Amino acid sequence: MDVLLQTLVAGLLKGGLYALIGIGMTLIMGVMGIINLAHGQMMMVAMYLTFVLFTFLGLDPYFSLLLTMPALFLLGAAVQRWALNPLLKVESLLPQNQVLMTVGIGMVLTEVMRFIFSSNYQSLKTGYSDATFFLGQISFSVPLTIAFLVACLFTSLMFWFLLKTDLGRSIRAVAQDAEAAQLMGVNAERIRTITMGLGAALVAAAGTLLLPVYYLFPDIGKPFTTKAFIITILGGLGSTVGAILGGVTLGLAEALGSTFLGMQYEDLVGLVIFILVLLFLPGGFKRLTKV
Amino acid sequence: MPTTKQEAVLRVEGIDVAYGDVQVLWEVSFEVRAGEILVLVGANGAGKSTTLKTISALLSPSAGRIVFQGQPIQALKPYEILALGVAQVPEGRRLFGEMTVEENLLMGSLSPHAKAKRKQTMDWVYELFPRLRERRRQPAGTMSGGEQQMAAIGRGLMALPKLLMFDEPSLGLSPLLTEHIFELIKKVNAEGLTVLLVEQNVHHTLAMCDRAYVLENGRIVLTGSGQELLANPHVREAYLGV
Ligand SMILES: Nc1ncnc2c1ncn2[C@@H]1O[C@H](COP(=O)(O)OP(=O)(O)OP(=O)(O)O)[C@@H](O)[C@H]1O
Ligand SMILES: [Mg+2]
Repeated sequence: MDVLLQTLVAGLLKGGLYALIGIGMTLIMGVMGIINLAHGQMMMVAMYLTFVLFTFLGLDPYFSLLLTMPALFLLGAAVQRWALNPLLKVESLLPQNQVLMTVGIGMVLTEVMRFIFSSNYQSLKTGYSDATFFLGQISFSVPLTIAFLVACLFTSLMFWFLLKTDLGRSIRAVAQDAEAAQLMGVNAERIRTITMGLGAALVAAAGTLLLPVYYLFPDIGKPFTTKAFIITILGGLGSTVGAILGGVTLGLAEALGSTFLGMQYEDLVGLVIFILVLLFLPGGFKRLTKV
Repeated sequence: MPTTKQEAVLRVEGIDVAYGDVQVLWEVSFEVRAGEILVLVGANGAGKSTTLKTISALLSPSAGRIVFQGQPIQALKPYEILALGVAQVPEGRRLFGEMTVEENLLMGSLSPHAKAKRKQTMDWVYELFPRLRERRRQPAGTMSGGEQQMAAIGRGLMALPKLLMFDEPSLGLSPLLTEHIFELIKKVNAEGLTVLLVEQNVHHTLAMCDRAYVLENGRIVLTGSGQELLANPHVREAYLGV
């Protein structure tokens, strides 16, 4: 019983971070209509940035959030502005060709980081990396709990932004009907640039929060791109609430898989859930939530 | 607002427009004068929506000019057209279906001058359409066709435009509701708004407008006052079925 509860807690905490990764990807999916296959690689860049800030300047990762998020916002916005928006202007190209561009960008980011930092594993040990506290019999990792709370905070802010501000509404409007949004005076190109920036900033937050309990090497982006992809599909492409459910589901599935089947099956369980959802709930959780 | 109904606010001067290689507008020219209701009629596929989309800068003409209040606007972006005071209630309403009615109205007032008066304008729109006030928290996509058309018009009015273009506002509405919508267009026009109305409901619109143009296969073929066109043999035969 305790083992189960312990596993669920661990899965939930991880799920919070996954939700953050998934919301960024989902926003991009909703507005641009494409899967961003450089999503995990952007997270990897944020992790290296966090690593450098810690190693050379002694900056605490939680403080680094204030730098990595804006930095990745700029990176994401620049990618959209100079690499993806121009593709939309070429009429002979299908919009889906942007996906190929994101694959290329992911590779470039990976190889640039390999060039700078080599392929070696790095990690960042803070005083609290291994700290835990107990509630009853259940142990909570301090950094993962903080990460979970910060993820909840950013998720709530994101909802407030999307629902209550003109810019947020404009992002939703472009996602629903870009041409109608333009007729309302929305600069759709600018909205796409901002959305990619926001998606990158959110996944940067996840990377920075994860680093104290994780390890880092240039190829770490790809598995996280896969996870982001799974979360987005689980959620029902483009649904923000769905992405949260998808993130938590993946977190729980991985935790249950590694506890009850063995560490090596962690990813397998996520993929099985993914396939089951595709088979029995095509359209993902959006079908259940309608948001 | 005193209206002379003489001076042109919008002049479309010989525009050609194509989708890719397929040209659909040929040297289309017309003008909309301050304070009037100008009607553009034409059969399905004549190019009416294409004309409005070109004025809104969703499409750009390969030849010709579009001049609004003396300024060429054919090279501007859609949001710049809005900021100058030209708004559109598009064909098929094009509401943001997953947003509430109120959010749709807010989306209508993004231009700086409209945003500054947002609250007032919204009260005015709710007075024009009390039904929208009742439904303001409802997702626009779940409303009836008539309610959606009201919301689309309300959203257009929220832009506080100088010129408001309507693309077939009577599409899919009952005769009673169509009557109501046309009365409303006359009312906002009487309050000083210049109107460019695209319709297939030819009889009704020619009777209520100041002037009209007839568009056929992408070309302007006739123009005159509403009464003149109602009496024109070609119009009577091709559009009124008499
Ligand atoms: N996106 C597009 N791509 C290619 N051709 C188009 C496109 N939109 C419209 N057309 C073509 O351009 C012509 C004019 O279309 P338009 O929509 O302007 O007509 P309309 O007068 O508004 O007709 P309706 O009364 O049916 O709305 C039609 O022949 C149509 O098939
Ligand atoms: Mg049309």
